[in-house]
Amino acid sequence: MKSFLYERATTTQQAVDALAKRLDAKLIAGGTNLLDLMKLEIEQPRHLIDVNSLPLSSIEPLPGGALRIGALVRNSDLAADSRIRREYPLLSQALLAGASGQIRNQATTAGNLLQRTRCYYFYDPRMPCNKRVPGSGCAALNGFNRIHAVLGASDHCIATHPSDMAVAMTALDARVETLSAAGARSFPIDQLYRPPGSTPHVETSLAQGEMITSVTLPPPPPGRQMYRKVRDRASFAFALVAVATIIDADSVAVRNARIAFGGVAPKPWRGIVAEQALLSARPSRDALEQIAEIALADARSQKHNAFKVPLAKRTLMHAIAESTRDG
Amino acid sequence: MSEQDDNALLTRRALLEGSAASALLLTTGMPLRSEAAAADEVSFAVHTNVVTLRINAHDSTLNLDSRTTLLDVLRHQLGLTGVKKGCDHGQCGACTVLVNGRRINACLTLAVMHENDEITTIEGLASGERLHPLQSAFIAHDGFQCGYCTPGQICSAAGMLEEARRGWPSHATHNLCAANIPLTDEEIRERMSGNLCRCAAYPNIVKAIAAAAHEARQ
Ligand SMILES: Cc1cc2nc3c(=O)[nH]c(=O)nc-3n(C[C@H](O)[C@H](O)[C@H](O)COP(=O)(O)OP(=O)(O)OC[C@H]3O[C@@H](n4cnc5c(N)ncnc54)[C@H](O)[C@@H]3O)c2cc1C
Ligand code: SF4
Ligand code: FES
Ligand code: FES
Repeated sequence: MKSFLYERATTTQQAVDALAKRLDAKLIAGGTNLLDLMKLEIEQPRHLIDVNSLPLSSIEPLPGGALRIGALVRNSDLAADSRIRREYPLLSQALLAGASGQIRNQATTAGNLLQRTRCYYFYDPRMPCNKRVPGSGCAALNGFNRIHAVLGASDHCIATHPSDMAVAMTALDARVETLSAAGARSFPIDQLYRPPGSTPHVETSLAQGEMITSVTLPPPPPGRQMYRKVRDRASFAFALVAVATIIDADSVAVRNARIAFGGVAPKPWRGIVAEQALLSARPSRDALEQIAEIALADARSQKHNAFKVPLAKRTLMHAIAESTRDG
Repeated sequence: MSEQDDNALLTRRALLEGSAASALLLTTGMPLRSEAAAADEVSFAVHTNVVTLRINAHDSTLNLDSRTTLLDVLRHQLGLTGVKKGCDHGQCGACTVLVNGRRINACLTLAVMHENDEITTIEGLASGERLHPLQSAFIAHDGFQCGYCTPGQICSAAGMLEEARRGWPSHATHNLCAANIPLTDEEIRERMSGNLCRCAAYPNIVKAIAAAAHEARQ
């Protein structure tokens, strides 16, 4: 690990000021992703700003029925929160399907959103990787790319975003709130992640020195919420494919549909076209197959990950069928 | 906590590391790392912090390199070698300790982040000669073979039982909103999935934890 200056911020403004002062400064929250990468010298901040003392650990109802989640709320506390369990069960399920009890106790809302890919070539400094060393190439393209993306990737990077929580928040139309020297702003979570294009090392739309202060969930949408995660072992593994759905339907009509995928793209992948198709469908086996086809219509697989396409389709069909079942 | 050597560009330690590297270069003709990397190393100032850690109800004040993980402080500086290093990357749970009663991986957190925290390791679970109920249960149910993962398993189980007592759900919980979530074997396995056991003593680990949980409810 490279040496760094450690500083504990006591106010959010102080953290933002310290972050703005140096290009090589980074915030540390739970540390479960950053320290992992610092040990391998993939991340080399020279200045570490500890945000754990900041008053950003609460979950607060807002007028109008929204819920604001502080950037430092731990993944375990968020999953166990009674309002989240009751009104946003999808988010509890996604959090509980991620990592381990120990890691969830450390991991924070903002840190989880900003965790980096688990592409094994990204983690191996001996291998070319455009995300780690821009312009060095992508070892995954012609390598072992079983865990990689089938949607939204580029010729420069086919890594997936590993977060479960972010997939649920994407289905819930969450908004991200930030603070920087330029002031505070708020934007839809879908705009947080940038497509890899030819610059896969630029992962988010956050400006240099911009800090996430909270995530706000709009009032709970009508319908059944569901998070389905498929992985190589039953617990403590990243998603091969995950599907978040929110579906409000009865035997006559589908009134509301949200679909988001995890494990298949560089960001939580919203299936907008499939959602629209679902709205005009009467849920039947044929219709489900059609909607799954639509959702994965743009899929482009690599040598080792073609299995993800049918897996994502079936997982989606299963989630829709469960959500539209009576009772 | 206070920061020292803040502006030191070249510290004694970096110098020593630098000269150790050149000595190796001289004797073997082969640098361990590239010379560029070694030069880079020298230009990195080493930052230290004076930190007071409260571990097993005992305060220790240490002068630590800011890079030191909580795990390395416990094992190397404080001799608390019950805490184990399995993977050093959050993947095995051998380093599990309790911080303010919550289980975390000591390998993925910096010591300097834990001033004012109450840290408990396996060494601090027993009350004098009286073993913690989980320790007794692991012995009674043969919850280990080589024992390497055991301190982490026991600390993790202690944190997990507290989570269950507070009504936290898990991935194995069918009804997220249930007032009472029975701690079935399935629940125990899911909640303990952050602790790997190379000897695969899992069946008896689950039995030991179930027995300790049962005892605690009596
Ligand atoms: C073994 C293992 C298994 C895992 N399995 C899963 C899994 O199955 N599913 C899953 O979703 N995740 C999984 N994770 C990842 C885990 O969820 C993340 O490591 C965690 O959520 C990161 O949160 P943190 O607070 O520890 O972030 P940190 O490591 O502290 O920070 C991560 C990044 O966010 C930045 N940051 C932190 N806070 C802010 C802020 N407020 N504003 C701006 N930037 C900020 C940091 O500078 C850093 O770049 C796993 C991790 C491990 C080690
Ligand atoms: S897929 Fe992306 S992260 Fe993985 S090696 Fe290629 S460029 Fe790097
Ligand atoms: S040593 Fe910390 S989890 Fe393996
Ligand atoms: S008892 Fe040997 S690793 Fe668990």
